[in-house]
Amino acid sequence: MFQHDRLNNEISLFQKIKNLDYILVISVILLSLLSVFVMYSTDGGEILFHTKNHFVKLAVFFPLMIFVAFFNIKFWHNFSYIIYFIVILLLIYVSFFGIKSSGSQRWMDLYLFVLQPSELMKVAIIMCLAKYYHRLKIENVNSFTSIIIVLSIILIPTIFVISQPDLGTSILIALSGLIILWLGGMKIKYFIYSFITFLISLPFIISFLKPYQKLRILTFLDPDRDPLGAGYQIIQSKIAIGSGGLNGKGFLKGTQSYLDFLPEKHTDFIFTLFSEEFGFIGSVGLLILYIIIIFRIIRIGSISRSNFAKLFCFGYAFAIFIYIVVNLSMVLGLLPIVGSPLPIMSYGGSSMLATMIGFGIVLSAKINHKQMIA
Amino acid sequence: MIKSNSVIRKTDVINRRMFIIGAAKIVVFVGIIARLFSLQINENKKYLTLSDKNRIREWKLPPTRGNIVDYFGNVIAGNLKVYQLHIIPEQVENFNYLLVRLKNLLNLSDKRIARINKLKSELKPWESIIVSENLSWSQFVKINNYLYDLVGIKPVMTISRNYPFNDVYTHVLGYVSQPNEEEILENEIIQERFVPGMKIGKLGLEKRLENHLIGTNAIQRYEVNAYGKRINQLEHQKGKQGSKIRLTLDTEIQKACGELLNGKAGSISVMDIYTGDIIAMYSSPSYNPNLFLFGISQDEWQLIRNNPLKPLINKTLSGLYSPGSTIKPIVALSALENKVIDTKFKVKCTGKMELYGQTFHCWKEKGHGWVSLKNAMKQSCDTYFYEVARLLGVDRLNVTAEKFGLGKKVLGDYFDNEKKGLFPNTKWKKNNLGKGWVLGETLITGIGQGYIQSTPLQLCMMTAQIANGGFAVKPKIIVDSNPISYEDAKQSMESGLLFDTDSEELLDKKLFKDQRNIKIVQEAMFASTNERFGTSYKSRIDDPKYQFAGKTGTAQVKRISKRERELDLELEQIPYKDRDHALYVAYGPYVKPRYALSIIVEHGGSGSKAAAPIAKKLFKLIINRHDLRNKQSNFERITV
Repeated sequence: MFQHDRLNNEISLFQKIKNLDYILVISVILLSLLSVFVMYSTDGGEILFHTKNHFVKLAVFFPLMIFVAFFNIKFWHNFSYIIYFIVILLLIYVSFFGIKSSGSQRWMDLYLFVLQPSELMKVAIIMCLAKYYHRLKIENVNSFTSIIIVLSIILIPTIFVISQPDLGTSILIALSGLIILWLGGMKIKYFIYSFITFLISLPFIISFLKPYQKLRILTFLDPDRDPLGAGYQIIQSKIAIGSGGLNGKGFLKGTQSYLDFLPEKHTDFIFTLFSEEFGFIGSVGLLILYIIIIFRIIRIGSISRSNFAKLFCFGYAFAIFIYIVVNLSMVLGLLPIVGSPLPIMSYGGSSMLATMIGFGIVLSAKINHKQMIA
Repeated sequence: MIKSNSVIRKTDVINRRMFIIGAAKIVVFVGIIARLFSLQINENKKYLTLSDKNRIREWKLPPTRGNIVDYFGNVIAGNLKVYQLHIIPEQVENFNYLLVRLKNLLNLSDKRIARINKLKSELKPWESIIVSENLSWSQFVKINNYLYDLVGIKPVMTISRNYPFNDVYTHVLGYVSQPNEEEILENEIIQERFVPGMKIGKLGLEKRLENHLIGTNAIQRYEVNAYGKRINQLEHQKGKQGSKIRLTLDTEIQKACGELLNGKAGSISVMDIYTGDIIAMYSSPSYNPNLFLFGISQDEWQLIRNNPLKPLINKTLSGLYSPGSTIKPIVALSALENKVIDTKFKVKCTGKMELYGQTFHCWKEKGHGWVSLKNAMKQSCDTYFYEVARLLGVDRLNVTAEKFGLGKKVLGDYFDNEKKGLFPNTKWKKNNLGKGWVLGETLITGIGQGYIQSTPLQLCMMTAQIANGGFAVKPKIIVDSNPISYEDAKQSMESGLLFDTDSEELLDKKLFKDQRNIKIVQEAMFASTNERFGTSYKSRIDDPKYQFAGKTGTAQVKRISKRERELDLELEQIPYKDRDHALYVAYGPYVKPRYALSIIVEHGGSGSKAAAPIAKKLFKLIINRHDLRNKQSNFERITV
């Protein structure tokens, strides 16, 4: 066993490159290229601000993913708690000194770019909980102390993010955490009970929501109640997607987009533009690309020997899945509008940074899949 | 080993639970794809339509009104290219500088500048502001010369209504102007086709025939962005000009009427006695309808409004006058038809007639002596007609008069300002005034005074129906889809029956019991104009080609006091408002009559001096244009 460990520790750079998961890497490259073209379309067929910045970010963060992958999975295991605490500190920092924009305080200025720590928390919480369950004895999974600990790990960042306020990201953080609890073996009845409790207390929770958040829920239930106000985004989004048809209107020909009917077309509604221009076929194609990525991550998780790698990969696959589902459901009018970007496709540095780091750790798990972690 | 076992057990749990969410993920993805399918494939059409509705905006352009032409095809209400100046605010660099430049170039008033500034704040920056609706050519050239300096300015060529004969047709055609809100809401067609800058008929035929004249909008489709800004033009759909309307009027005669009444208040109507075509219909004074197209100035409006000769009133249709002696042919005819008198019946005129202590004067103080019908008509002896009216009674007179068109509208519903006038009878007085009829009132009705009121067009029609041998005519001002030629009209009239195209029935067109009575009246009218001592003898034309028969009339506008009668003032000595109206009705040529006319000169004095001479000048022109009119047989099919 020691021998094995030693062997793994001594993997050469060449070996590491060879052991990269190329299906995942190529899928990420494809997705990145696609995102640049779509960004080019949102700029009205010109290389403007968004296209340039998006490309530059990809050019920085893609190598960062490979860089992350070259660290041993053990390294990431060892630093999981520290990373989690650093991000918590960043959240605290942001809640006091963050940059305010359109009513919320989520960002910190790093001179080169503006960081949104809550995006990093989406990955950090998975790392933290994966390590916790990796080390937890199976017998103690449902013990009172462990449940209190894991719930605290989830609740602390969630509360910070809610207070920014950023409901969308906090939900995604909470869900990413909960999935590790599920995978870690927490009793199913706890999930069922807490789900029922959640449903019962839902009206109570709603009464605590901000007026604009309530409005979003009402608008989701009936977008036509205020078609030019709150319902505008979802109506225009559905029109754009619906009018795309089977083949779409063609690259750079999405009228809803270039005539400015689409809101937030660079960020949360990027899929709408893509779907308008590339139609049903393109949309399903994009979805398949995402499914391949998710499948590859799960596959890497299942060949990993260490439970940390397994938990991280499965958890991260689920997180990517949830990001996509929440984003698509939102633009398709299946969920109320909560701010949630589409991984890689949406404009936004922090989200891309977090996603790429996540992919990097998954790739590290692949390179070191035989690695056992004590 | 225990540890290792625990790890393995944990791995099992993880794998098992992963499998469960894996399955859940598939379900969710299938759900999302189903949703995509329903939006993009099933409901694609709906959303495509919505997307087009988003991006395509239609701009309607004002429709082009149909032309109105006279009988000979001369355009009397047409369309003219006008040059306009628009500002597109978003292209303007310095708005105030631009306004100062324009103010100097076009001599704009401060009020106009204020208005432009107001419009600028109300409109979106890409919507154009109309600075001037009608630039003169020299202004247009000037603007084009300075275009390099006037950024954001757009000279535009567009079409506007135009009345080439200015005031000649105003009372017939009316004019067009910007509609008010009520007018837009009232008419569905206007509502549908309305665009700012469009003009609609406000008066006369322009108003009555609005729905035929209006035309359809040209439509321009633009792609717009979410803020409504035009991005590019997609297509242009041409509009259809409104229907062309041809009138029965003759511009030359209409113009002559205007010249003959120049400076006077009055009216002339000319009618074809067989077809009922109205050949001229002029109310004087008139005004220039072109003034109203771009909004009339206050000064010009006050000038028209305050003119004591009342140009705004269409005297031909809404002017109500006592017919005076022009009613005498009807009185005579009624008496003959009712066998109250015959040609041998004579009355001695002593200049006045006493009845129940009231004195009724003849216009000739010394009296006419013994007069028969012919002489009484010729010299317009009032005493004779007092006596005839007394014998006849007002009720029988009323029947004949209404048969000949008095007391009802002539052109029906073409002009909403047409008045129906009044021919009284005993029942009318009882119902409306609540008093019994007095015999004295019969006497003055016999000479066309008292309650009786008629429009000039009614008198013209009355004369036409005497002239054509006593047959009903249907007056027309528009050449319709089923025009009747003069020969057909005459023939069907003389056979006594006429197929009425409106009611699709054979109507009895005879207005008489014995046609010889008509003949007697015609001869008496002939004598009045063409025999010595006739009241319009001085205005006669001896050439049989133009020879006409007529009857003068002088309508009192106020009761003549005894003192005034004794003074016997000259016209110039009486205040304008108190002077008599001069009337004349006539038809000609006497041998083969074709046209009837009525002339009224308000406060013109006696009919023989002020009205009959106008007929003499006019008849020459009317008869001279007769052949031309006959040749103009290219009846165009126009459905109205």
